[in-house]
Amino acid sequence: MKQIDCNEVTKLVRDMCINMNIRMDAGIKEALENSLDSEDSPLARDIILDLLKNKDVAEGENIPLCQDTGMVFAFVELGQEVKITNGLLSEAINIGVRQGYEEGYLRKSVVACPLRRKNTGDNTPAIINYQLVEGDTFKIKLAAKGFGSENMSALKMLNPVDGWEGVKAFVLDTIRRAGGNCCPPIVVGVGIGGSFDKVASLAKQALLRDIGRPNAEAYIAVLEKELLDEVNQLGVGPQGFGGATTALALHIETYPTHIAGLPVALNINCHASRHGVIEL
Amino acid sequence: MNTINITTPLDDTTIAGLKAGDRVFIEGIIYTARDAAHSRLREMINNNEALPIDLRGQVIYYVGPTPAAEGRVIGSAGPTTSTRMDIVTPMLLEKGLKGMIGKGDRSKAVIDAIVRNKCVYFAAVGGAGALIASSIVETEVVAFPELGTEAIRRLKVKDFPAIVAIDAYGNNLYMNGPNEYLARK
Repeated sequence: MKQIDCNEVTKLVRDMCINMNIRMDAGIKEALENSLDSEDSPLARDIILDLLKNKDVAEGENIPLCQDTGMVFAFVELGQEVKITNGLLSEAINIGVRQGYEEGYLRKSVVACPLRRKNTGDNTPAIINYQLVEGDTFKIKLAAKGFGSENMSALKMLNPVDGWEGVKAFVLDTIRRAGGNCCPPIVVGVGIGGSFDKVASLAKQALLRDIGRPNAEAYIAVLEKELLDEVNQLGVGPQGFGGATTALALHIETYPTHIAGLPVALNINCHASRHGVIEL
Repeated sequence: MNTINITTPLDDTTIAGLKAGDRVFIEGIIYTARDAAHSRLREMINNNEALPIDLRGQVIYYVGPTPAAEGRVIGSAGPTTSTRMDIVTPMLLEKGLKGMIGKGDRSKAVIDAIVRNKCVYFAAVGGAGALIASSIVETEVVAFPELGTEAIRRLKVKDFPAIVAIDAYGNNLYMNGPNEYLARK
């Protein structure tokens, strides 16, 4: 039976917290560079060039790309045949977050009570989801999510008759209204189906996919491309000042749902889109 | 697209010359304040208490920087979303505040107060916190140290890059920018 040592998990989570906050995701860099081909407004081009310059400064000076170093999300895929040793897995992840945010000079942005708002001082707790899978898989998809974009996210329980056109209208309307608040160019995660709670989780998971990798199901992949094109025709543009580049990628995740329902959730991520995968 | 160098504190002539869409480089002193500091300032104004800083002619930057490593002035320091401060901003403009730096559109009440008091709202590029930090040369906590990253800091800046988003005449780049882009297409 495969054994996973909690100390090893802590170390890898710590390192990833630091790295993903300082080093721009390769897919984002490529998407930003490609966006210059279609962007003709001088201000929009300047902004994208600033974001690429920002990447170089962050890496060169070893400081975070963005001051909002986010709240940490962990999606764990745990094989049934894996044995966790040397502690509790959730605790191991949280210790990794605590060490990473302290040692990496990252901002501690988590408050213990949403109403009394006292900072926990170490950016914990992370939001951890577990999925039990077959075999001896051990995978943690980790993200550090900023809240400028999280705050602009939305969920709606559509009617089945609204269909794909209803989903599109909801997504386009939400992104138009978010304007510059969510730091466009953005990455768009769309969840469709499941239930009220499941659909939000689907949208979050959609953001963890490699930038621009299409859904494995061809039918959904076609819809992703269609909706991304329509998002980029909104004209919101970099930082909301107009342009061709509103979103760098759009990912859809789906799940079976009830005959009476069509839940849809839109989780927006800023261009920093910090995420990574730990596999043991 | 004009590029203009300006210094703080801001005077009426400087503000009158700024148009939505201009790129500016700011030199001088600016003050940081975000959600928690705005709540405190509002409470102090409602209680008729003296504010910890004299706002006349000043610029507030909505930012909560990352901690500075040894040998650094400041960590990453890009703008946070301005709209969360909208409820407090008109009060501060009435107290003489002349400029704000943040990201994202403002409420109608804020835009009206900007025009009424002849002020200006700048946008800094959201997510460019490392690049922006290069323009911050000194920093000192001047109020609410217990708020940590949300404390009010006095920043000395040189060539701080920003964009005029809403000018003293009420022109709004968040509305005009996308509309002009769509009209061109």
